[in-house]
Order: sequence, then structure tokens, then C-alpha cells
Amino acid sequence: MTYLAKPKLHHPTLPQNKLCHTRRDYEGKISTLCAGCGHDSISAAIIQACWEMDVEPHRVAKLSGIGCSSKTPDYFLGQSHGFNTVHGRMPSVLTGANLANRELLYLGVSGDGDSASIGLGQFAHCMRRGVNMVYIVENNGVYGLTKGQFSATADQGSTSKRGVVNSDSPLDMVGMALQLGASFVARSFSGDKHQLVPLIKAAIAHRGAAFLDVISPCVAFNNHAGSTKSYEYVREHNEAVNRLDVIPLRKEIRVDFAAGELLEVEQHDGSVLRLRKIAPDYDPHNRIAAMNYTQEHQAKGEVVTGLLYIDTNASDMHEHLHTTARPLNALAARELCPGKTALDKLNAGFR
Amino acid sequence: MMVKPIEAINDFVVKFANVNGSGSASANELFAKSILRMGVPVSPRNIFPSNIQGLPTWYEVRVTEAGHLGRRGGVDLMVAMNPQTWNADLKEIEPGGYLFYDNSKPLPASKFRDDVHVIGMPLTEICNRTYSDPRQRQLFKNIVYVGALSMLLEIDPAEIEKLFSEQYKGKEKLLTSNVQALHLGRDYVREHLPHPIGLRVRRADNVGERIFVDGNTAGALGCVYGGATVCAWYPITPSSSLAEAFQKYCMKYRVDSVTGENNYAIVQAEDEIASIGMVVGAGWNGARAFTTTSGPGVSLMTEFIGLAYMAEIPVTIINVQRGGPSTGMPTRTQQADVFACAYASHGDTKHVLLFPEDPHECFVHSAAALDLADRLQTPIFVMTDLDIGMNQRLCAPLLWDESRQYDRGKIMTAAELEAGRDFGRYLDVDGDGIPFRTLPGTHANKGSFFTRGTTKDAYARYSEAGPDYIYNVQRLLRKFNTAKSLVPQPVLREAAQKTRFGAIYYGSTSPAMSEAISALETEQIHLDTLRLCAFPFSDSVADFIAAHDVVFVVEQNRDAQMRSLIINEFDIDPARLTRVLHYDGTPITARFIAREIANRIHSMNVATIDQHRVA
Repeated sequence: MTYLAKPKLHHPTLPQNKLCHTRRDYEGKISTLCAGCGHDSISAAIIQACWEMDVEPHRVAKLSGIGCSSKTPDYFLGQSHGFNTVHGRMPSVLTGANLANRELLYLGVSGDGDSASIGLGQFAHCMRRGVNMVYIVENNGVYGLTKGQFSATADQGSTSKRGVVNSDSPLDMVGMALQLGASFVARSFSGDKHQLVPLIKAAIAHRGAAFLDVISPCVAFNNHAGSTKSYEYVREHNEAVNRLDVIPLRKEIRVDFAAGELLEVEQHDGSVLRLRKIAPDYDPHNRIAAMNYTQEHQAKGEVVTGLLYIDTNASDMHEHLHTTARPLNALAARELCPGKTALDKLNAGFR
Repeated sequence: MMVKPIEAINDFVVKFANVNGSGSASANELFAKSILRMGVPVSPRNIFPSNIQGLPTWYEVRVTEAGHLGRRGGVDLMVAMNPQTWNADLKEIEPGGYLFYDNSKPLPASKFRDDVHVIGMPLTEICNRTYSDPRQRQLFKNIVYVGALSMLLEIDPAEIEKLFSEQYKGKEKLLTSNVQALHLGRDYVREHLPHPIGLRVRRADNVGERIFVDGNTAGALGCVYGGATVCAWYPITPSSSLAEAFQKYCMKYRVDSVTGENNYAIVQAEDEIASIGMVVGAGWNGARAFTTTSGPGVSLMTEFIGLAYMAEIPVTIINVQRGGPSTGMPTRTQQADVFACAYASHGDTKHVLLFPEDPHECFVHSAAALDLADRLQTPIFVMTDLDIGMNQRLCAPLLWDESRQYDRGKIMTAAELEAGRDFGRYLDVDGDGIPFRTLPGTHANKGSFFTRGTTKDAYARYSEAGPDYIYNVQRLLRKFNTAKSLVPQPVLREAAQKTRFGAIYYGSTSPAMSEAISALETEQIHLDTLRLCAFPFSDSVADFIAAHDVVFVVEQNRDAQMRSLIINEFDIDPARLTRVLHYDGTPITARFIAREIANRIHSMNVATIDQHRVA
């Protein structure tokens, strides 16, 4: 299932992007995850998306919490600064990093244990703050590193590898992201790179809090009969509402699709999302409709994937805070220190 | 028995007993400031409950021409405006002292003292007669008693009126009504009461250039001047006003005049964990970032503090300490987080602590902490407390050297990387334990690294190898040792004559300690003192202890945390350090320190003057 190619080879004929980088230039260290892990597929999708988007690897800051998913930033974008923070608290660290330098691309990688349990609060608050980031939850419904405990996204009634039945209701992170104010909400499946790669590209192009819930089966602890996060289950119950391509405007746009089948969505950075509708009446601009749609299908046991919601006029945290367009970490003392004259006046006011 | 009334000029204590939420705070501060404007030093303490309305609150003003800024202990004039605390308030008055109260209603039932002088004034009656609005009746009662006191104590009303005009600049209606209330009080005293009383304020010239400010305001300015651009915080008493002051001054000084954009970012986080997380993220990415909190906040932050220590990320934490443990006494002062901060987090951790003694040093240390955090790439704690943080204190003016450059520490630039300089994130290239770092986005293919709390090799590659772990934790210790020379050094004050007694203290204990030393000298007890300004300790601390037979460690917590820290760090005999502890939540007083030390020395049955050493 994994389509992350290892080991790294540099064949002279490998295709290059606009930055003269091959896809391999976006890889990281060799993964230490289990063979077949869905997380490796997501890493591969990130690599593919960044390469296709001509993202400068060193202009990406990749942050994660703790867990199998949170190990993955070491396996892609080896020329980027990475940060394994603490369990569940990646969002706050990413928020701080974003405050310090708004010019980088922030990629937050987390798991369902990391984000839906210990980190639920921070997930909620970074969504409502509109932190400009791509927040990917690699969702396998299980704690892998501690060997198979249920996470908060595990469905009620699903079983663990040891046969224990989960009695708790699951948290739906997509539903929460929609409610919390995320301006880009999507769900995908690690085994569907044709859907996942464009979704990641779209999330990168989006300014604001972009959330991607990616079902990512755990081959070691949650890929068995009775699991609702297994490859088999998700493939059987997946309903994709749309397929999309992201086309930066700087490139010539070639329309390969018949009119009427496409919905074009312009992003802040000028790129255009082209949604090919599968669900005939699905409109990704309507937050309430997205909530209803996903809930209705979830009740039927279906996993809705695709771009579920996008606000093309979203603003981000820096706009809310009215911070300077320049990175705060680059401001010089003359811009920060009010100086002696001001201090003399302050002293006079304290008498 | 009627005791002779206390007679004192510019040297007495007035205490106001009020009800929280009655609007007395600004009136009481007005009283203190008017005396200050007459050139007489004052030292006020606000003692307030952990609620908004209804519970007792006190404001104690020490009028001190000699400039003693610690609490003295005892009350010479009690302004008893709270029937709820009437009995307790009365007990605090010194024999011969004064009780000022609202006699609109009969005295509350109590065993009345006959050794205090009672001054009754129908405050409620006057206000009810003058004002129809219930809120005005309440608020102006406070101004009326300030007016009355100004007559009784001979405070120049022009100073009070000037303060009003500053406060209500552009709000003529408020100015007029406050001046009117002031004179209502003065007129009543003039017509009905003997005045002045034995306590009086006489114009002096002892304030000089000093300023009157609280530590949280000064600390916030230290962060502004020190170049902090990111503040992430979560409200908690007694630290909240620091973040709020930072916001106020940023709005004043950090808005780009051309673009109107903010050269700062302040986030009120969802909790303390998120606030320190944001500071860690911002510090990792090269911004000068800080949070401000108190004990329970530090508890929540400790996991991140450990990460910042291990991953070596600049972090500044201003801890305005309060009474713990747990919720403890949220609005009372202590120095009880020394352990919690010095060794915050699990495993072997040690953190740099700075101990300001007053608002002036809150400014200095907050700015210095930002430099130290960048230089040492580690968490730096500024250990202030409620007493300094929330009380206005007379202190030296805030100073800033225009030529001062921010110390951004060892950041490897793109040019240095391009020139081929070897970059190992955790390489100790200079032998000081401090490695170079790069900021995200610096160079296209050089200098990137992966930050983690887990162990790694010198090139930031994940490693569980024992030698790599040892290398890192030993280097961290070497870095901590380097910090010794970078942090503020202890302040030694030698006694007038050689002595076998020494005392160690720190932080807000400072003014009470200075006064206690003078008091002890009158009993022929001489003390050398050492004021600790930071942890790690300078070697001079061990030298000081070795040079004295008895060393008192004066602090404001139950378990003698600083004493234990000294014992632990220097591995010295605990018997060499004698505890002097004050931890009821009120600021330590000079009387307490002097009495405790004198009693201990007398009980040791040793000569207070070391003849041998004198010779």
C-alpha cells in the first residue's frame, strides 16, 4: 500500500519542477514505520504535492506532536526545519512559530490520539484562530506507538486487535473543524493518492486554517475485521464528493474537462481549485450544508471524502492581530525599542 | 486608661480597611500619592481577596521620610470602613494610635479599646445628603474620607487637586465633582474635629528622581524595551496586569506610524500550556517571546519547559509568585516557587532564575531575560511576586542605554552556512556548552535540522545511544555553568564592623531586610548580607557561607526552598544555614526579620560581637 519509494536514488532523467528539484529532493529520512503504514502514503502525498507546487523545501516548517503520525515529518522535506513537540500540543507551538515568521509554509502533522484526545483543546483553538497552516490528522483510530489502544476517533462498536469492543462514541474531527471555523476542511484516504495529493495542494494554496482528516489504516493494530479504519472498510464505504486539481495561475490553464462538470475556486495565492463533482448537488462553499452532508452520510456508515468546505475569503490570524507584513523575528531594535526619550517621559509619568 | 497619642511626622502607618468593589482602591492610592508629591516617600501595600465584590480588602500606606520601603508592621491610623473586619482591624492599632471611622451609625458591638484615639465622622450621612445616585454616594464616600484625612494629617490639598486634574484631564465634570467631594471632607473636619492629629505630613525633599510604579508595569516595559515581539499568556492573578500593561505599551509604541500595523503579536491563549507552547514555537523561530504567569501556571507549563530545556529553545517566563500550593492564596504573596522553577519538569533539569528586588529590577531583569534566553537558548524565569508585581513601589527610574544591542545569541546565518562553516545543532564549538542554531527558512540546502525532546547526537540526528545522551546532558550542565557568569551577580553588603553572622535573602524581601539590618545594629547585632539575584549561584555564595559561623536565610515560604537549593547546589552542611521564614501571605516586615534574627542569636548564647575578629 505504501507508495513512498525507498531507498533514495538520483537518476539523471528524473523530472524536475520549476525549482530544478526532483521529487526525491522533497524526501526525508527512511521511515521507521511499519511496512504498509498509511502514514507513509501520506508522507508520499505531501512530497508529491510540494514538488508539484514548486514549494521551496527550506521555506516549510513542519511541526508535529507525539505518536506514529508525529514521527513522519522526519520522513519528508529533509531540507525543512522540523519540530516534534509534545503530545497533543503541536498547534500552540505552530501558532507561536507562525507568529514569529508569517512568511513560511506551516505544515502541522498530527494523529487522532494526538489531536482528538490529549490535544483536542489546542486543535480547537488553532482552528478558531485561523492560523495559516495545513493541519493534517493521520487518522487510524488507534494508539500505534503504545500498541493498540483505542483513540477518540475509533467508532463505537469497532473492535481492537485483541477483540475489545469500543464502547465510547467517536469524535468526528471534520465535523468539529467545520464548527470551529476552519476555512478549509477536507477528508481523504491514505490509499487514494489521486484524491489526496490535490487536496494537500489545495490546502497549501489556501490562506487560513486548512484541515485535512486523512483516514490512514494502522497495519499493525487496526487493519482487521471489526475495525472501521481498515483499508478494506474505508475502500468499501468511501464516498468521494469531488476530485480536484490545483492549478497555479502563473501557469497556462488548460481546461481538459467539459463545461458543467467543473467548479472553479480561486484561492488567495491566485491558484485555482478545479473541483470535479461526483455528488451532483455538493457545494463546498456552504459550511452548514457541509456539516449536514457529512453527518447524514456518517449516519449511513459512509466515509465522505473530498473537499468538504472552503471559504475563499478567509482571513488568518495575522490579519486578526493586524501584525506587520514583515516577519516579527526580523524586526530590528530600532523598530522595537521606544528609546530613552520615551522612557524619560514614562518615568515622569510615574512620579 | 487613655494612652498618650502617637506623635509622628512623616513616619507612620495608615491602613484602610474597605470592602472589595466599593471603589476605594483609587481613593487610597490618591492618598498615598499626594504624600509622595509632598516629597515624602511612601510604601503602600494592597491586600485584597480573591473575589470581585464583598470580601474585605486593605490598603496599607507606610509614610517614611527615612525611605524604608518594606512593611514595618503595626498600624498608627486605621481607617475602618468595613464593619465585617472591625474587631480584627482594631487590634492592629498601636497603643496611642488612631481609629478613623464612619459614625453615621452606632459603633459595631465589640470590646472597645481604651488605648486608641477615636475619630468619628458621619461619612454616609454626608454623602447621602449630598448625592442622590447610590453609586455616587458610595464612590464619593472614599474621596470624602481622603479629604478628611488631608485635614487631619496636614496633607496639602493642592497636591490632591493636581492629581485629580491629571487623572481627569479632559473630563471636567469628573474633576469638579471629585474636588467638591474632597472639600466636603476637609470642611467637615475643619468645622467639627480637632485637627491636626499627632500624625502629620510635612513637606520634604526625599523622593528625588525616584519613580512610583508597580513591578508588573515595569516588567512589561522591560519586555517592550527588551524587544519582545510575541507575548502569549493566560489570565492568572497576580500576573495578568503584566500582560495587559505589555499590550497597552505595545499599542502606544509598537504600531508602525506609516502602515498602522503592529510590530508585535499578543495572544491570550486558551490555557497556560498553550501560552508556553506558543512561546516555545516563537522562540524556536527566532522571535523574542515571553509569557507571564503564576505558580499554578508554572505547574501546567512544566512539560513544555522541559522540552525547551532539552531542545534548547529560548523562552522567557515571568513568574509573579503567589501563595501556594494548589490554589493556595491567589491574592497573597510568597516566594514559594523556587523549587518548582529551578528544577521544573522531569528528568535532570536546571533553569536560570532571576530575582528582582523591586520594580526597577523587574524592568532590568525582564529585558535581560530576553537576552539571556537567546544567548543560552533555554528557559529563563523572572521570579517576581505579588508584593513587587502589584504594589506600587518607590524605586530608581527606569534606564535604557541607547547603545545597547540585543544579544541574539549564536544564530548561524545563511552566509556562514554558505561559507561552509560546519553546522551541528548540538555541537559545543566554543566549549561553553552553547551550540549554534539556525532559524527555519535560512538556507536552501544547509543548516536545517529536526528539533525534538528525545535524545539525539550533536548533529540533531535521533539517537538512543548512551554516549550521545551523556554528551548532551553534560553539555547542558556546562551551559548552565556558563550562565553563572552571565546572570546578575549577588550583592554583598558588609556590616560596619566584622561579624560572624551573615544573612542571605532575595527578591521582595530586600527593603524589609535593609531596615531590619539597621534595627539590629541598634542592638549591637551586625550582619553581613548577600542578596541573591540569580540562580545558578555564583561561587561567591559558597564563599560567603564559609566566611560566617552562622548564616540566616530569610525567605517567604514554609520549606526554606532557597536554603535547600543552596544546600543542594553546593553540597554543604545544612546546619550552616539557619531558616528565617515568613509565609502568611503578607509581605515580610522589618520587625519580623529583626526579631527572629535577634531571638535566634540570643538563644544561641553567643556574643554578638566577635572580639577576635574585630581585633
